[in-house]
Amino acid sequence: MIPASFEYEAARDLTHAIQLLSASGGEAKLLAGGQSLIPLMKLRLAQPARVIDLGRIKELAYVREDGELRIGALTREVDLETSAVIRQRYAILVDTTAVIADPLVRNLATVGGNLAHADPANDHPATMLALRASVVARGPKGERVIAIDDLFLDTFTTSLKDDEILTEIRIPRAQPHSGGAYVKLERKVGDFAIAAVAAFVALDEKGNVSTAGIGLTNVGSTAIRAGKTEEALRGRAPDEKAIAQAASAAAAAAQPTSDSRGPAEYKRDVVRVLTARALRQAVARAKGGS
Amino acid sequence: MAVTETAVTTPPARKLHRVKAVVNGEPREASVEARLLLVHYLREDLGLTGTHIGCDTTNCGACTVILDGRPVKSCTVFAVQANGSEIRTVEGLEQGGKLHPVQEGFHQEHGLQCGFCTPGMMMTAVALLERNAKPTEGEIRLAISGNLCRCTGYVNIVKSVEYAAAQLREGKA
Repeated sequence: MIPASFEYEAARDLTHAIQLLSASGGEAKLLAGGQSLIPLMKLRLAQPARVIDLGRIKELAYVREDGELRIGALTREVDLETSAVIRQRYAILVDTTAVIADPLVRNLATVGGNLAHADPANDHPATMLALRASVVARGPKGERVIAIDDLFLDTFTTSLKDDEILTEIRIPRAQPHSGGAYVKLERKVGDFAIAAVAAFVALDEKGNVSTAGIGLTNVGSTAIRAGKTEEALRGRAPDEKAIAQAASAAAAAAQPTSDSRGPAEYKRDVVRVLTARALRQAVARAKGGS
Repeated sequence: MAVTETAVTTPPARKLHRVKAVVNGEPREASVEARLLLVHYLREDLGLTGTHIGCDTTNCGACTVILDGRPVKSCTVFAVQANGSEIRTVEGLEQGGKLHPVQEGFHQEHGLQCGFCTPGMMMTAVALLERNAKPTEGEIRLAISGNLCRCTGYVNIVKSVEYAAAQLREGKA
């Protein structure tokens, strides 16, 4: 399959990329790892007039922990998965990146691309919802920070403006007695999720839940925050009863549709089961397990 | 009957991009359209047809090549993205008439039947063994999870990679 013709520009650095994007008047697509964009272009579901290649911008590939965890948008999934700080302190991100597509795709795919593409079947959006992340957008007028809840407007649609580039993902620094997990059910390696659930909990000194975050993958037009589930957990001991109630609430928050991955009611029950599994794992990690 | 003349229009000349890469140790270059995929650049512009096109949808891994040290699906990379990079394909494995230990392994352990997935499977295996000299069976199965084989059931492929790993460790490469 051959994509339609397009004009190609390789950005030298971020400033150059922003210049090229501004000059394109909304006709350009940004190419990062290309693992979603190129398949769409080959199917001619996407036919951009212009493609701006960000792949040579080395300054946007990093994982740093200072006041918060900062992930450069062009960090490849493989580099996130093998990062020492991620492996030691952000197990939920290892869970997430390790189930994206397959290892060959993860050698090119980027974290920023996974979010900016805004496919509800992508795995990072739900995890970033659970972690209450934010993203940095850079445009010709400077920089702004977008809370993750304000990023996803619809399938393949974000609140990024035509002249903005997602440059960084910011995640609150991991605190003691907190932990998260991402659990995905897929038909086979490389497939999108039938459903997947990201769960994050922080526990207070009594072992009760002080903060909870629950994000759902591929059961709606965007990744979904299960807000009522989060509220129901707050202040409670994360025992089996609380987890079972939270799991039912998460299933109610899902908006699945029937397709080749299963009927809607099946997917809703998968969300219930996966939420319980993810919460158990998150609680175990918050209590000091891995 | 009136003869209608069909206007024959020549498509506008498309901009070509010079793509230079070191392929299997040799500097190579060609002028290509931006939309040309890396797998077509290798097969059609450079004549390296050992890299196969399988599904053409980023699933099967038959087109796997090593791009700057990492195995990738060359049907899902534009050739222009690979400008200035180092690429290794199955043609580069044999050195001086001697098979690479991974090729030797696939031969000895019968790691193929039809052979279509084999070039991609071997490139993934080569990249794995370069970063992990002694992979477990689970690590091998994970590494090749983006390469599909419809013949073997993978058992002999895993044995082939284990054979190659042992050969490399014993310095028989």
